[in-house]
Amino acid sequence: MSSTKEIRTKIKSIRSTQKITKAMEMVAASKMRRAQERMLASKAYAHKIRQVVAHLACGKSEYQHPFLKDRVQKRVGYIIITTDRGLCGGLNVNLLKSALLAIRAKHVDGIEVDLCLLGTKGELFFKRFGGHVVATKNHLGDSPHVEDLIGVVNVMLQSYQQGELDGLYLIHNDFVNTMVQKPIIQQLLPVTLNEDLTKLQYHWDYLYEPDAKKVIDVLLKRYIESQVYQAVVENIACEQAARMVAMKSASENANDIIADLQLIYNKARQAAITQELAEIIAGAAAV
Amino acid sequence: MTKQLHLDIVSAEKVLYSGEASMIYATTELGDVGIAPGHTQLLAALKPGDIRAVLVDGAEHVFYISGGFLEVQPYTVTVLSDTAVRAEDLDEEAILIAKQAATDKLHGRVDAVEYAKALAELAETAAQLQAIAKLRGRRH
Repeated sequence: MSSTKEIRTKIKSIRSTQKITKAMEMVAASKMRRAQERMLASKAYAHKIRQVVAHLACGKSEYQHPFLKDRVQKRVGYIIITTDRGLCGGLNVNLLKSALLAIRAKHVDGIEVDLCLLGTKGELFFKRFGGHVVATKNHLGDSPHVEDLIGVVNVMLQSYQQGELDGLYLIHNDFVNTMVQKPIIQQLLPVTLNEDLTKLQYHWDYLYEPDAKKVIDVLLKRYIESQVYQAVVENIACEQAARMVAMKSASENANDIIADLQLIYNKARQAAITQELAEIIAGAAAV
Repeated sequence: MTKQLHLDIVSAEKVLYSGEASMIYATTELGDVGIAPGHTQLLAALKPGDIRAVLVDGAEHVFYISGGFLEVQPYTVTVLSDTAVRAEDLDEEAILIAKQAATDKLHGRVDAVEYAKALAELAETAAQLQAIAKLRGRRH
């Protein structure tokens, strides 16, 4: 009889776990919608500033900013965006894997790597496995602000300007759709623009106020900040989508296990009843 | 044809305004500017202050922004607004905080990445995830 009771307790505990995973799934679904909206809302700025920078990059401006010039790579920086919390499937695992491969490729070429980590998962990972970490930031929450990112981004920009870094890359998850998120590596510095450059060979240049140097300096900084912000927001949407899918499958798995256990429970119960009956009949026959 | 401008005011976090206007006044670092349709291309740094837009119907809209850029094309004007007032020394402070966080948290770390160990662990986790997915597939 004890085994039927054990099974019953097990079923009950799985049911309560399932309730939690179901709740988490629904929370993730609604958060994902909001994160997606935020992603779209910030796209306008990112798109516009990209256009302006694209124009600057191929304009015939008398001032050439260091962010636009290619240098021989001796040391590069990676900004790696991970989530703060777990239970989101293979999202961070896949991202960190591609980050590691990229870093290894750089090391093979004799290039040193500086890391800038956003999110606790990446922090924990590199704490265990090493790496030259120069800046970290975590607990950005569901609705991060650009101001939260200024510190970490500018650590990297400063080293780039001082010539300590010769390149800056951003690794984050790309929100393909709810089911698919894939890690991508994006080059931030020197600024590269994959738009058709011939199309952008304008014959005009802006009037700059107060002057070209000041405007371009700040504009490029804002450009990098907005790219990182966009990536952070996108990563949050990815996190929620991944969590939703993971929790959905967890709930389904719980259903399967409950069904299996229910079958075992019924069999055990039936066996106990049969055994009792057999004992009674045997007892009666003996009388 | 009545001449008008398309005005977009965007910040890194959201779109603040998008619509038609007939005249726009802004406060740049060198002083106030008025932008009428057909203005030459201009890229100007903005001071924290007002953006006034005179709409096509004569109504006036005022937006407060905390600095940013004004990008002018003959018939479109874009304001790339900062989300907060930015001061150099505040930026410096944020940089120090971020650096400090890194040194605090990762105290006693090794400098070289241990790829082999890290990759092995990642591969293991990925394999576990795959196995779970496969197991799920078989049940159905």
